[in-house]
Amino acid sequence: MNVPAILEPGGEALVDTRLNAPGIRCAGCIGKIERDLPKLAGVASARVNLSAKRVLVRHAASVSDRDLVDAMRAIGFEAQAVGLGPLVADDAEARALLRALAVAGFGLMNIMLLSVSVWSGASGATREMFHWLSAIIAVPVITYSGRPFFNSALRALRAGRTNMDVPISIGVTLATGLSLFETITWGEQAYFDGAVMLLFFLLAGRALDASMRSRTRAEIGALLSKMGRSASVLQPDGSARRVTAELVEPGMLMLVAVGEALAADGLVEAGAGAIDNAMLTGESAPEHVGPGCPVHAGAIALLGPFEVRVTAAASGTAIAQIAELMDQAGQSRSRYVRIADRVSRLYAPVVHTLAALAFTGWMISGAGWHQSLVVAIAVLIITCPCAMGLAVPAAQVVAAGALGRRGLLVKDGGALERLSEIDIALFDKTGTLTLGEPRPDLAGLSDAAKAIALALAQVSRHPLSRGLTAGLLAQGVAPAAVTRIGEVAGSGITGIFDGDVVALTSAAAGSNLLACELVIGSKRSTIEFRDELRPDVVETLAKLKALGIESQIVSGDREQAVSAISAQLGIPGIGGVSPQAKLAMLEGLKAKGKRPLMVGDGLNDGPALAAAHASIAPGSASDLSQQAADAVSVGERLMPVALAVLAARRTMQIVRQNFGIAVLYNLCAVPLAVLGLVTPLIAAIAMSASSLIVIGNSLRLARAAR
Amino acid sequence: MSGLTYLIPIALGMGLVGLAAFFWAMRTGQYDDMEGSASRILIDEEDDL
Repeated sequence: MNVPAILEPGGEALVDTRLNAPGIRCAGCIGKIERDLPKLAGVASARVNLSAKRVLVRHAASVSDRDLVDAMRAIGFEAQAVGLGPLVADDAEARALLRALAVAGFGLMNIMLLSVSVWSGASGATREMFHWLSAIIAVPVITYSGRPFFNSALRALRAGRTNMDVPISIGVTLATGLSLFETITWGEQAYFDGAVMLLFFLLAGRALDASMRSRTRAEIGALLSKMGRSASVLQPDGSARRVTAELVEPGMLMLVAVGEALAADGLVEAGAGAIDNAMLTGESAPEHVGPGCPVHAGAIALLGPFEVRVTAAASGTAIAQIAELMDQAGQSRSRYVRIADRVSRLYAPVVHTLAALAFTGWMISGAGWHQSLVVAIAVLIITCPCAMGLAVPAAQVVAAGALGRRGLLVKDGGALERLSEIDIALFDKTGTLTLGEPRPDLAGLSDAAKAIALALAQVSRHPLSRGLTAGLLAQGVAPAAVTRIGEVAGSGITGIFDGDVVALTSAAAGSNLLACELVIGSKRSTIEFRDELRPDVVETLAKLKALGIESQIVSGDREQAVSAISAQLGIPGIGGVSPQAKLAMLEGLKAKGKRPLMVGDGLNDGPALAAAHASIAPGSASDLSQQAADAVSVGERLMPVALAVLAARRTMQIVRQNFGIAVLYNLCAVPLAVLGLVTPLIAAIAMSASSLIVIGNSLRLARAAR
Repeated sequence: MSGLTYLIPIALGMGLVGLAAFFWAMRTGQYDDMEGSASRILIDEEDDL
């Protein structure tokens, strides 16, 4: 009975692999991947996540990551396997807050339903029953939804500090306790509605804030995922053993095969090859490495194999350290949020004192302890900072969403704040003002030559070859049947066509920088490339000027090339600037009290992007530059840069208004509470009105990016 | 008054169903890929047949 096993779903152990594929853009891509990837033997299913640009593949353990990446390339997508790094499962906190919010919302709706009838005059047995029902709903809801606040308050108290969560927790607990007492003693008023409403609005603020921060963390996770997940480590006896990236240690010798992503930093010890360092430099041309060359985790070996002596591994690698720095930067709150924190530090003692004073005041004036306690609780509840907690995150989330729809991804709230303050903009040239994709001038080529050029160019990943391929394909050229094509990295591509040697080589030195040479037999022709300006550069610069922001070109490119463009655009330009000089210029501007915005794509703009007051990188920039920048603009247009500044300024205006509303609310509500005039009805109206006004005010930002 | 004895449980029950549906939707990942869900309706699956 030796029947070959029929592969049933679940019959063989299936494993999940996540692939990062930044090229997924539309429904067509989803359809293509989900239809074609399972055709690979052993792949059970593929599911695309368009928001995260990831594919979850369920497959038999016999299918390697490499097979999957190759299959993805065959259907036209660059992909990389993603490790389950510590930051991948990062949105647990946001989810917990969302669940708590849902529960609080449920409780709020039902308790309000009951409270409204009590307020409109239900009495006697009906009121008793409604109070009991409210208690039955409120106690579990508060226990569940209040945990984020109770836990944080407990942590603060244990550390001997106080924060905004302490008065919230005390207020909610006291209000619930008193309401339970009232319910049991058949009292007239219960504050369950106030306590639950408080939790609901506060949780809404926290959930918005968490969603803003988890965006940044997803980016960091994507960066770390570029690191190789495992490495072949050479044993002393010469055999190679596969170990996971976490277990690689400095001093080990890694054997790197073609197509592998490096799992650790090190020096090449033996062998030679070429690596794709696009992750660090944005330069997709292969970089040659030989003995003694340093290589970094995340680079992909294009030629090999070679042996690498590990100098730093796991969290010590350059890429992991950058990710860590970014994580720290993400944690640092923006100035306005810090103001909110500072307010809360002042706020907690003030609220506690006010409540205590109200209690003693009423006791002294002869009211019973019961009435005094009710007043004190009313003060605690009504002063709780719902509107203040919503003021910043609501505005930032709405503005970031509006900018996202216009092609600008803002990293965090702090970025928006810094963008609102800039007063001078520095632009890199290549890839920023221009498209950064060389477009060939094909006028001088015959159709036969075009077909040969395409056949040669399409095998190479060199930027000029890619530009040439794209240009030729756009003209509808079909590749000629060139045989024995080989690429000698660094010098060119050669092949045989009709018995003639054909080649695509770099142009002779001294001529135009952007050109290549097509050789067909003994005939040589030069193909020139031009890097075109982005379509809306002029409009963008005009808009920035209208916003009171001067623009300047600062480029590492030759002086002539820069002055030609700066004359064309009518803004000052400096060429031949080294990365260090760029950094010095930015520091100089900052020393003069300016707030510079750096817009660069960064073969070497990384430090400048990080040093500027705010920074934007185009989507074509290196991963590292995109990580260093505050915002990334997607697509061919430059206009999102100006829109970002405009929207950021509006956001800060709205944030200030929101704080104003919150303060005004407290100024009105606190005297009422202290005077004992706040009934549960008034508390409910005042709290929800102030929160809704703040949210409504923030929603005006949905049109900010127009 | 007697109406309340069944109206209130109905109201609460409907709320609980909604809450349970939200929890279920979150656990099964229906909020993980909002953009993808919006695009998926455009996929023409006829050619699979």
